[in-house]
Amino acid sequence: MFALPFVRNALLAGSLIAIASGLLGYFIVLRAQVFAGDALSHVAFTGALAAAAAGVDLRIGLFAATVLMALLFAALGERARADDVSVGVAFAWILGLGVLFLDLFNASSSGSSGIVGARALFGSIFGLSTGEATLAAAIAVVLIAAILAIARPLLFVSLDPAVAIARGVPARLLGSVFLVLVGADAAEATQAVGALLLLGLLAAPAGAAHRLTANPYLGMALAAGLALASVWIGIALSYQIAALPPSSAIVLVAGGFYLLAFAAPPRRVAGVLRWMR
Amino acid sequence: MNPSFSANPLTDLHQLLQYPFMVNALEAGTIVAVIAALVGWFVVLRRESFVCHTLSVMSFPGASGAALAGLPLASGYFVFAVGGALAIAFGSRVSGRRSAMQESAVVGTVGAVALGLGFLFLSLYGGILESVETLLFGSFVGITRGQVETLFIVALLAGAVLATVGRPLFYASVDEQAARADGVPVRALSIVFLVLLGMAVAAIAQIVGVLLTFALLVAPAATAQLLTDRLRLSLALAVALAVLETWAALTLSYFTNEALGFCVTTIALVLYACARASRELRR
Repeated sequence: MFALPFVRNALLAGSLIAIASGLLGYFIVLRAQVFAGDALSHVAFTGALAAAAAGVDLRIGLFAATVLMALLFAALGERARADDVSVGVAFAWILGLGVLFLDLFNASSSGSSGIVGARALFGSIFGLSTGEATLAAAIAVVLIAAILAIARPLLFVSLDPAVAIARGVPARLLGSVFLVLVGADAAEATQAVGALLLLGLLAAPAGAAHRLTANPYLGMALAAGLALASVWIGIALSYQIAALPPSSAIVLVAGGFYLLAFAAPPRRVAGVLRWMR
Repeated sequence: MNPSFSANPLTDLHQLLQYPFMVNALEAGTIVAVIAALVGWFVVLRRESFVCHTLSVMSFPGASGAALAGLPLASGYFVFAVGGALAIAFGSRVSGRRSAMQESAVVGTVGAVALGLGFLFLSLYGGILESVETLLFGSFVGITRGQVETLFIVALLAGAVLATVGRPLFYASVDEQAARADGVPVRALSIVFLVLLGMAVAAIAQIVGVLLTFALLVAPAATAQLLTDRLRLSLALAVALAVLETWAALTLSYFTNEALGFCVTTIALVLYACARASRELRR
């Protein structure tokens, strides 16, 4: 299995994307921003199709759309977080725009729009070329480094914003940087598991980690580890079972981990706060 | 068929209604808009847009699963939507007191797993890729008489349930603690509402597609609640807006040949933005 180049590419890109998603997911769940993460992942779909319709590299569209949307959410400030209706209406429209681009693409080139659409929505980790996989892995490494660099102040701001701001932590800036990182990760993960299944890597491992431990650093490690395990097991399963698409396998494994975590005793938020002081 | 828009509204109406599929689409769209607005009004009140989006996503595995099992698509839609509603209700309950953190993780995971399952069913079914787009983004071309009748029955059921639980549900949504203290079964109501939402979303997703139900459910209700603070008026306004949006979108889509999903969401966004702007100006 490891002798095949497409499996090696999938493992290389998938592993690093999983670690980045697990780490970011830990904060997304902590900050109760899963809906924003979901919206950003849907934006990735529109970005990919816009690029396809314009005839440029899909990844340019992916990153441009998600990072722009993340900046927009950040500019809306606290509102983007509290007002889930605005996020929802805006992203329903973005998806509608995606359909329009799909039609435009359909008109401009005969045929393969269904494949581009399905690829953007559901990913194709086995379809990555060596170059694509290497670039995706490199960007994932940058994302991991960035999130680790801001992890400590971001934890502080997420858990106790009032005290953090009083101590001079730039809460708004951190929130914006974080959203941009999530946007970039959405663009990354779209190549692996697809725009629609990204939440499986963002929310499920992190949700499980939050249930299992109150210690934030252990939790981050656990979230990244569970995401990584989901990708590996998912790839292995889908390699063995031809009918099982890798994206589905990865998400189902991640969901399974979360289900298992429910068997463990629930932990309390107070525990995290106690540990921080 | 090559419809062209003219200045004469009667000609346009005649053009719109000359094909049975368009009559079906308008009827189905109207029924769907009414349920969507009524249920969506409570979604906005309860701030459950994310749950609403996730339940609409349930229709994807529902449809592909039913296709795989050789059952009527509608049955798959309803089974998965209700199953998803129960999974979310159960998941939030197990995570103890309603912590926003765990709840959003539960909702997100349920959605992602559902989509993963849907993709798996589709690949097992060996379906055609074009049908994925129809499933996800809807189509008004293929609506049958049978579908319109099913929708009508679902709408009646949903309306009856909402009429029964509407008052206590409103109380529980606005002030949960006071409602609990008054002996309102808050927990049971929220489960009933989730299941109702699942049913409504399953009905809506058959017309506007899995990913765009949001435009009809949340946007008209949110717009109406921005425009007026009077409850009954905003409920009526939400229904009116949803119906008008649907008619406008169907007409626009019919004459311009743009995708229905794009038309619905654009109209919904424009109206919402206008309402928002007028609200800001009035301050």
